[in-house]
Amino acid sequence: MTNIKRVKIGMASCGLAAGAQVVFDNLKEDLADSNIVVERTGCIGMCFREPLVEIEYNDGHSIIYGDIDGKKSKFLSQKIKNNEIAEELVVYIPGDEKYENDHYHKKQIKIVLRNSGIINPESIVEYIEKNGYKGIKKSFEKGKDWVIEEILKSGLRGRGGAGFPTGLKWKFAGGSKSDMKYIICNADEGDPGAFMDRSVLEGDPHSVLEGMTIAGYAIGANQGYIYVRAEYPLAIIRLEKAIAQAKEEEFLGENILNSGFSFDISLKKGAGAFVCGEETALMRSIEGNRGMPTLKPPFPANSGLWKKPTNINNVETFANVPWIIVNGGDKYASIGTEKSKGTKVFALTGKIKNSGTVEVPMGITLREVIFDVGGGIINDKKFKAVQIGGPSGGCLPASLLDTPVDYDSLNNTGAIMGSGGMVVMDEDSCMVDVAKFFLDFVVEESCGKCTFCRIGNRRMYEILDRITKGKGEMKDLDELEALAYQVKNGSLCGLGQTAPNPVLTSLKYFRDEYIAHIKNKKCPAGVCKALIEFRIDPDKCTGCTLCARNCPVDAISGEVKKTHIIDQSICIKCGKCYTACRFDAVIKE
Amino acid sequence: MNKIEEGIKPIVKKYKEEVGALIPALQEIQEKYKYIPKESIEILSKEFHIPVPRINGVITFYAQFRTEPVGKHIIRVCHGTACFVNNGDSIMDTVKEILNIEVGETTEDRYYTLEQVACLGCCSLAPVIMIDDRVYGKLDSTKVKNVLKKFKEVEND
Ligand SMILES: Cc1cc2nc3c(=O)[nH]c(=O)nc-3n(C[C@H](O)[C@H](O)[C@H](O)COP(=O)(O)O)c2cc1C
Ligand code: FES
Repeated sequence: MTNIKRVKIGMASCGLAAGAQVVFDNLKEDLADSNIVVERTGCIGMCFREPLVEIEYNDGHSIIYGDIDGKKSKFLSQKIKNNEIAEELVVYIPGDEKYENDHYHKKQIKIVLRNSGIINPESIVEYIEKNGYKGIKKSFEKGKDWVIEEILKSGLRGRGGAGFPTGLKWKFAGGSKSDMKYIICNADEGDPGAFMDRSVLEGDPHSVLEGMTIAGYAIGANQGYIYVRAEYPLAIIRLEKAIAQAKEEEFLGENILNSGFSFDISLKKGAGAFVCGEETALMRSIEGNRGMPTLKPPFPANSGLWKKPTNINNVETFANVPWIIVNGGDKYASIGTEKSKGTKVFALTGKIKNSGTVEVPMGITLREVIFDVGGGIINDKKFKAVQIGGPSGGCLPASLLDTPVDYDSLNNTGAIMGSGGMVVMDEDSCMVDVAKFFLDFVVEESCGKCTFCRIGNRRMYEILDRITKGKGEMKDLDELEALAYQVKNGSLCGLGQTAPNPVLTSLKYFRDEYIAHIKNKKCPAGVCKALIEFRIDPDKCTGCTLCARNCPVDAISGEVKKTHIIDQSICIKCGKCYTACRFDAVIKE
Repeated sequence: MNKIEEGIKPIVKKYKEEVGALIPALQEIQEKYKYIPKESIEILSKEFHIPVPRINGVITFYAQFRTEPVGKHIIRVCHGTACFVNNGDSIMDTVKEILNIEVGETTEDRYYTLEQVACLGCCSLAPVIMIDDRVYGKLDSTKVKNVLKKFKEVEND
C-alpha cells in the first residue's frame, strides 16, 4: 500500500521543452496499475530544474523532484512503487525547514502564482478548491462600488508596464455611460525575454478569467476579450479549455450564479506585432485593422474598442484581483512600499543560476532578487548589468543593485519596472551591442506612423552599428543623445517614447565601454566581431587539430602536434575555434 | 469552384457575419495552407466587402502572415533578449549553415522554412528554437545539429 495521492508533472511550455512529455508518459505507464493519479500541472517557477515531478502524499505533504529525464523517470517510478524517497533527485520539499529557509523560497510571496504548479490548470475543480471563484461570489454580495473601493484600497497598479492605479481605471470606466462596455486582457507579452504572463495563463488560467469577470461586473461590461500572442499555443489551448469549463459551471455566460449579471469572454490571437501590446493599437487589431496606436485622449475608459468604454488590464493585474477580493485590499496593501503595493512577478533569465519565474514583494532590492532568489551568476562570473523593462527599459549596473524594486525608484534610474522581464548579464555581454540589439528590435517593430520613431530610431541604430564596427567618433555619442530625446518627444505612443531608454541608460552607466569602442577600437567584452582578434597561444597549443577541423573557412593551419596559426586575413571571427579548444589555447582579444 | 475557393468556404462562412473578423479569418486560412494564397485575398475581399489593398495592408502589417508557400516544417529561431544574451546568434548561424538558407527562405527539398521570432517565452531554456509547435531548449551548435538530424530521422521512420 502506498500513501501517495498523486504525481504531478510540470507541463508548461518550459517543462515540455525540457522533455516533460516523456516523463509524463513513462510515469503514467509505470503507475497505471496502482491507484496513484498521474496529472499535469503548470509552472512552479523553477524552470532551471525542469522537468519537475511532484509527489503528493495523502497527509498533504509533498516532495518535488527535478531534472528528471526519461531514464530518471523510470528510476523514480520504481521508488514510488516501493514507497521510497529518491533522495538524490529532491529539489524542494514545501514546508521543510531546510528548503523554506533558503533565500529562493523565503524571499518570495506567491499571490499571482498562488496556484501555478500546484493545481492542474485544466481542472476547474482544483481551482475552486483553492478559493477559486469565491471572488466573484463575494463581489456579487458586496456590490460594484465595494469592489472598486477594495481594488483602490489594495493600491494595485497595472502590471503591464505603465503602473497606472487599477482601481482608478475601473472607476473611470465604470463612470462612463454606454449601452455596451468591454473588458480586455492584454496577454500580448511582447517584451522579448519575458514570460510571466505565459506562466500565469498556462498555470492558472481561471484566475485571469475570474479577475476579468470581477472587473466586468465592477464597470458594467458584458463582454471580455483576451488578446493573446500567437507564439503561445499552449496558453491558448488552456484558456480555451478554461473558458469552456467556466461556462459549464456558470461562472461565465448569462446570468452568472443568478446574479443577473452576464459576462462572456472570447479569445483573440495576436498576429506578431510588438506594437499591438500598446492598448490603443491592440484595440485596432481586435477590430480587424492594422495595429496602429491612436492618440489619447480619448482614453479607452471613454472610447475604446468599437468606440465603446473599455477597460484594459494586463494578465498579472487580473490574476491579482480574485486574491484581493477574497483576502481584502488592506491585506494586499500591507505588502510592498508606500506607493508600490503587493508583489511583482519577474522572469529571471540570462546568465542567472535560478532562471524562471519568481514572485517577490515590492520594495525588495535588485540585489536580493538576483543574488538571493536568483542564486547569482552562472559559473560565479562577475555581474555586469541587469536589463529590466525590455525594449522600453534599461540596463542597470552593479552600483545600482541596491535599488528597491518599486515603480518610482526604478523610474529614477532611467529604466522602468516594465512588465517583469529581468535579463541578467555577465562580463561576456557588450553593452553597446545590447543597446544595438534593442534598437534593431524597435526599428523592426515601429509601426511607422511617427517620423521620429520610424527614422530616428533607424539613425540611432546606424550610429551604434558604426561604433560596434570600430568606425565611431566621439561626436556620435552627443548625436545619439540628442536623437534619443527627439525620438522620445516626437512619438505618439509608448513604443517610441521609451525606445531610446536602453541607449540612454547604457550611455549613462557604461559610457566607458562606448569610449573603448570609439577611441581604442576595442570591445572590452570581446563581442563585437570587427574589434576582436583570435590568436593561438603557442605555449598552450598541443597541436590537436580540433580548431582547424572546426574552422568553417580553413583559416587555421598547422601540423599535428605542432602549434597552429590563424590567418587573420581569412578569419571570419565566428569563434568556433575558441569554443572548440580544450586547452584554452585560443585567445580572444 | 476552384480548389482554394472550395477550401476556404467554411472559413468565410464562419466569419462573414462577425465584425472585425478579418484577422482570425486570415489566421485560419494560414493555418490551413501555411500561407495566404493570393486568390483567397480576392475571395475575402468580395465576401467581407473589404478592398484588396486594405487586406494587403493588414497582411503586411503583421509578422505572422506569409504570402509565399512554405516548406513542410517551420523552424523558428528565437532572437529574444534572453536567447541573444545566451549566444542565440550562433544558433541562427548554425541553422543557416546546415540548411544553407537565409531567414524567410525554404530549403530546396521544401522540407524546412526558416523564420526568426522575437521570443518564444521559454527564455529560461535559452537559446531555443521551435520546430512546428515543439520547443527545443538549452542549445549549442552541436545540439542544434543533432536536433535537426534527429527530427528528420524520426519523421522518416
Ligand atoms: C509598445 C508597447 C507595448 C506594450 N506591450 C504590452 C504587453 O505586451 N502587455 C501588457 O500588458 N501591456 C503592454 N503595454 C502596456 C499597455 O499599453 C497598457 O498600458 C496595459 O495593457 C494596461 O494594463 P495594466 O494597467 O494592467 O498594466 C505596452 C505598451 C506599449 C507602449
Ligand atoms: S528570449 Fe528566446 S525564448 Fe524568450
